[in-house]
Amino acid sequence: MARPLELVCPAGTPTSLRAAVAAGADTVYLGFRDSTNARNFPGLNFSRPELEAGLAHAHDHGVKVLVAVNTYPEADNPGPWHRAVDDAAAFGADAVILADIGLADYARRAHPNLRLHLSVQASASSAESIRFYHHEFGIKRVVLPRVLTIAEIAAINQTVPVETEVFVFGAMGIMAEGRCVLSSYVTGQSPNTVGVCSPPSHVHYEEEGDRLVSKLGDFTVDVFGADEPVGYPTLCKGRFVACGRTSHLFEDPTSLNAIDMLPELMDAGVTALKIEGRQRGRAYVSRVVGVFRRAVDAAARGEALPVADLRALTEGQSETTGAYRRTWH
Amino acid sequence: MLFNWPAEKWCDFYFRIADEAPVDTVCVGEVVCLKRWSFFEPFVTDVVERLQSAGKEVVRSTLSLIMDARDLESVRAISVDESHLVEVNDVAALTLLAGRPFATGPMVNVYNEGTLEFLERRGAKRISLPVELPRASLAALAGRSKAELEVHVFGRLPLAISVRCFHARAHGLHKDGCQFVCGEDADGMSLTTLDGTAFLRVNGTQTLSDTYANLVCELDELRAMGIGRFRLSPQDVDMVAVARTFRDVLAGSREPQAALDDLAQLAPGIAFSNGFFHGIEGVGRVGPLARAE
Repeated sequence: MARPLELVCPAGTPTSLRAAVAAGADTVYLGFRDSTNARNFPGLNFSRPELEAGLAHAHDHGVKVLVAVNTYPEADNPGPWHRAVDDAAAFGADAVILADIGLADYARRAHPNLRLHLSVQASASSAESIRFYHHEFGIKRVVLPRVLTIAEIAAINQTVPVETEVFVFGAMGIMAEGRCVLSSYVTGQSPNTVGVCSPPSHVHYEEEGDRLVSKLGDFTVDVFGADEPVGYPTLCKGRFVACGRTSHLFEDPTSLNAIDMLPELMDAGVTALKIEGRQRGRAYVSRVVGVFRRAVDAAARGEALPVADLRALTEGQSETTGAYRRTWH
Repeated sequence: MLFNWPAEKWCDFYFRIADEAPVDTVCVGEVVCLKRWSFFEPFVTDVVERLQSAGKEVVRSTLSLIMDARDLESVRAISVDESHLVEVNDVAALTLLAGRPFATGPMVNVYNEGTLEFLERRGAKRISLPVELPRASLAALAGRSKAELEVHVFGRLPLAISVRCFHARAHGLHKDGCQFVCGEDADGMSLTTLDGTAFLRVNGTQTLSDTYANLVCELDELRAMGIGRFRLSPQDVDMVAVARTFRDVLAGSREPQAALDDLAQLAPGIAFSNGFFHGIEGVGRVGPLARAE
């Protein structure tokens, strides 16, 4: 039997953490309840005591815990980010997930034994970029940006002395992660600075007859007819007009689902699979983690993958394999 | 220069900048999509020579999303000539420039003094700061910096880069068979909301603001912080006149308010923005810009 891919699962709350552990996660990832992590949404994430308790629960069940400190520290205010790294180390986290060069430099010097992973928010999209982070900061694993094809991932794995982790399920990244300020152009808040994209505080819906208009800040992101499912106004998922045509120019309302590609990802030398969704609830986490647990184990045994329809859980009830296939580009 | 202009127009632009624009430094090179570069490459030597003989410093720009061997080779090819400073726009380029002075562009994430100081130790001579940084962050970085700092003060804001080509997608084409449709929009392809509000501009795989950032009224404050370099991003307007306007304000021979009026005339129908500097949404307008509406 081949070594199974490591299943890295989202834990937006202590409840989701327990659900992921129970459903068969190898590893969970989570963040502190502040702007040091890239899913800084109301009601999500962990206080210090919650994080300690979550770590103990996961470790009791043989599950690793990765702490995301993956926003970019504010100038002249490194304290919250340094404390997040210090506390993650003190609590016994298995690794921290970082994006900022300066913070990686700090973590390397302050905690030489702490395992460092490179966040997708660092957008390390080539072997040379990964080598830079490995050489300078001893990064042990990189979460690959959602811009690479399977062939490109395989080529990277042949040349870097670093584990790779790839997204397999959940919301799609359209723009290179960590390099998009569309959200702050419209709201003043971005994933890089405060850990939010298209923040709920700036979302509003307006009824116009039988149509519903979704807005972010002052801009209309979409208009839904009475029979259309209403989506959240994430800027790069909106409907706009270009060349006289209305379309979802950046991406259709769809989710990433690469479950059918597990054997290819194994052949490409990938170490770990990441399920997106720290903003999701317990039921979602249980269902998705359970399906992927069975699929990962089947793939490792060389068996046919269990067919499971995750479509009901995906955005707009449609799926894509995204950049893994060049047809998406 | 971020756009795919016809090669002749591209060359004429740089020649005119060389001959007439009161700028110190000119960045030359493909930042967005390597496929276009073959159109410009035959003319680069002439353009660089013309700029240098006119007394301009030439900085060689590199790609902002480096993914494969071809992308990397383009950086390597530029790096072999050590007579120019190279502007890094993707961290991958740093490994090729080890032990050499370099510059970083606004798509390299330098948000804080930790990153700034690390890059300075690695040889960063000049850092063009991310466009979303507010005044307080700019001032904090300027107070600690040994490298020269630069701020984007004019032109559409580069907001995002993707592997997907939205220009091709808008025309129903795939990136691999794009027919270079990005060349149809010299100032980016307009993207409007469903209620007809101008919103963004698409430039191949890059997404830009519809507004032109304009910090002509903030130049004095930027200079007082210790920021000494001001980046004008070329648009399809009279950039020589734009450069003169900014130069006149820096020289104290033109009032910012009057310069703002001049720039509005040079870019008719264009909305300006300065929100990022003022700590609000980037599209926002504060101070004289708001009053000019």
